[in-house]
Amino acid sequence: MNREELESLALGERERASRFSCRFLCCAGTPCLSAGGAAVRKALEKAVEGKNGNSSVEVMGTGCVGPCSRGPLVTVVTPGEEEHTYEKVTPQAVPEIVEAHLEKGVEAASVPSTVSRDSSFFTKQQKIVLETSERIDPERLESYVAQGGYSALARALEDMTPEEVCEELVTSGLRGRGGAGYPTGIKWKQVRGAQGERKFVVANGDEGDPGAYMDRTLMESDPHRILEGMAIAAYAVGAEQGFVYVRGEYPLAAERLGKAIRAAERQGLLGDDILGSSFSFRIRIRMGAGAFVCGEETALMASIMGRRGQPVPRPPYPAQRGLWNAPTLINNVETFGSVPPVISRGGDWYSRWGTDKSKGTKIFALAGKVCQTGLIEVPMGITLREIVFDIGGGIPGGGAFKAAQTGGPSGGCIPASHLDTPMDYESLQELGSIIGSGGLIVMDESSCMVDVARFFMEFCMDESCGKCTPCRSGTVQMVRLLEKIKGGRASAHDLEKLEELCELLKATSLCGLGQTAPNPVLSTIRHFRHEYEAHIEDRHCPAGVCSMPH
Amino acid sequence: MNFSAQKESVSSSAQNEARSDGGSRFKKIDRVMKRHGFQQDALIEVLTSAQESYGLLDEELLAHVAQNLRLPLSWVYGVATFYHFFSLAPKGSHQCVVCVGTACYVEGADQIQKDLEERFQVSSGSTTADGRLTLSRARCLGSCGLAPVVVLDGELMGQQTSRSAIAAIEDAIKDEPEESHQEAEVTGSAEEEP
Repeated sequence: MNREELESLALGERERASRFSCRFLCCAGTPCLSAGGAAVRKALEKAVEGKNGNSSVEVMGTGCVGPCSRGPLVTVVTPGEEEHTYEKVTPQAVPEIVEAHLEKGVEAASVPSTVSRDSSFFTKQQKIVLETSERIDPERLESYVAQGGYSALARALEDMTPEEVCEELVTSGLRGRGGAGYPTGIKWKQVRGAQGERKFVVANGDEGDPGAYMDRTLMESDPHRILEGMAIAAYAVGAEQGFVYVRGEYPLAAERLGKAIRAAERQGLLGDDILGSSFSFRIRIRMGAGAFVCGEETALMASIMGRRGQPVPRPPYPAQRGLWNAPTLINNVETFGSVPPVISRGGDWYSRWGTDKSKGTKIFALAGKVCQTGLIEVPMGITLREIVFDIGGGIPGGGAFKAAQTGGPSGGCIPASHLDTPMDYESLQELGSIIGSGGLIVMDESSCMVDVARFFMEFCMDESCGKCTPCRSGTVQMVRLLEKIKGGRASAHDLEKLEELCELLKATSLCGLGQTAPNPVLSTIRHFRHEYEAHIEDRHCPAGVCSMPH
Repeated sequence: MNFSAQKESVSSSAQNEARSDGGSRFKKIDRVMKRHGFQQDALIEVLTSAQESYGLLDEELLAHVAQNLRLPLSWVYGVATFYHFFSLAPKGSHQCVVCVGTACYVEGADQIQKDLEERFQVSSGSTTADGRLTLSRARCLGSCGLAPVVVLDGELMGQQTSRSAIAAIEDAIKDEPEESHQEAEVTGSAEEEP
């Protein structure tokens, strides 16, 4: 396939879609499917079958819409009319929806509508990576192409040199979306400049932070976007082979990526001589087998090579010596997802969003004690208050906001006094947390901060790979100390010991897991010291979570 | 260009067949190893298929894989015990996973886990004495919008309470005859995970 053929494929698919007099779009993300989305889709297909002129009606699955706790979601698209999205659709409600739209031209009165598109849940968002997610059938390449898919790859291959592609990424200001925030363009240049007979590109889809599902949604909703981003990266750094490392718990993501790879190879968008150029690139999927530490890049590479996922010291960085000792580019899935818009619309365009140092948009998984949970994409620099209260609709039952946890076990808790903090890499770091991969859990007064710290420390203890002593033994000792505090058996000396251990782990652990494991403890001590003191001095748990001796 | 198949392409099909001498018991796994050209870096893929086909990785199976991929048994054992997905002990005929990710934790997953342990007299990570139920916990299944989440036999159930989860499990295991949890083809001794 060449560029013209790609354009005519897009045109053909757009024409095909415009011929339908009515289209039912069923969200096919995991949250909607686990709420019964598959049965709803089947019922829809059956219901339209019997209608006359059914050839002009389409039922299709799409990527994620956003308000994940309200699924299954069905959007009805009728040309010339306003779109309508129903929530919590059941197979029983399907006949009414079909009849209302196909025969009466009205909305189904007794099926609930989802959050309005004019509400702040949607209007406060800025969708760049997820822009086309709810319009794309993740299992059809044509559907992605019709939305402009693979045109960024075509542009890069035909109009740009690899150096220009790297430069565009530098201009965009895009930084690693896995959490560390390393500038993507700089990393690409380093791999491009590294000496090696062969090079590799790896997409890190081992999303292990509890409370985060951005990468899964992206892989499930828009798999071709990841592949396109990887192919552009491979062209820029000079790689011929890529891997997508998918977390073992995400079988649907792996299945859709696999389908997408096969379809792209058939169309000459992956494989040899892509789009008629001399550039060749292949992608393989590697499934994780359940190990949080494999999100760390050196551990991830060990796992790709079929070994125990244990990290090794850096340097050498993967950009110098990675997979099979070859220079390797590792970026997070969301980072690759941000690449096609940067190339097709330009780095300057992309850098219009965000703050001085943190450009573009970030996807967050909003969950916990908040009225409207779901997957959101916001410009960097938006305040936490806007996310929790405007997009999330505040705390249910009129409760009070206590803290937001970001960055999972490597992050921390942001208290109410910092609700107006802009969400960017530097601001959150100053508060003792991190942006992380994008999990954002809201907590109200019913959460005990000592228990939260114990929760994350226990996680790190379970997931420590055991290679270095500070992490292997330190996490165990810290869990014991936290349980002692929770049980009302601790002294002020124990709190000192806990803080001392935190510093020790940060300074001496081998990899990011151990170095950042103390963050949830440190940030809760910093912002909620009074709760620790209440447990220690008054033998009292203010939230009423911990059981104390009488 | 297939980068990693090259070194392995020397192994002719005749050699491959000679290597897979585990008899009919390991037919499925032999096919997987063959498909990967007996590459050593496919070890995790091979063990994943074995786990899915046989329900556990026993010593004989690990030895068979080690021999065919020309890896030391200690290496294969090391990988098999490193990842949570692999189990060296047999699992129950029904499996229940309680998600204890952050969102589920905030919504009370700890209590659900405790209640299930008490009701079915089994601790997380182990199997009931009658072999009907394996209870385990997962560190986030990425369905945070539906918290708290429990997975029963692969089916994800959102917005659970202790009561609804117990009812679902009771319903699933009620007609299960005892001692049916071991797959017929699995015979070798199973080791406990260290």
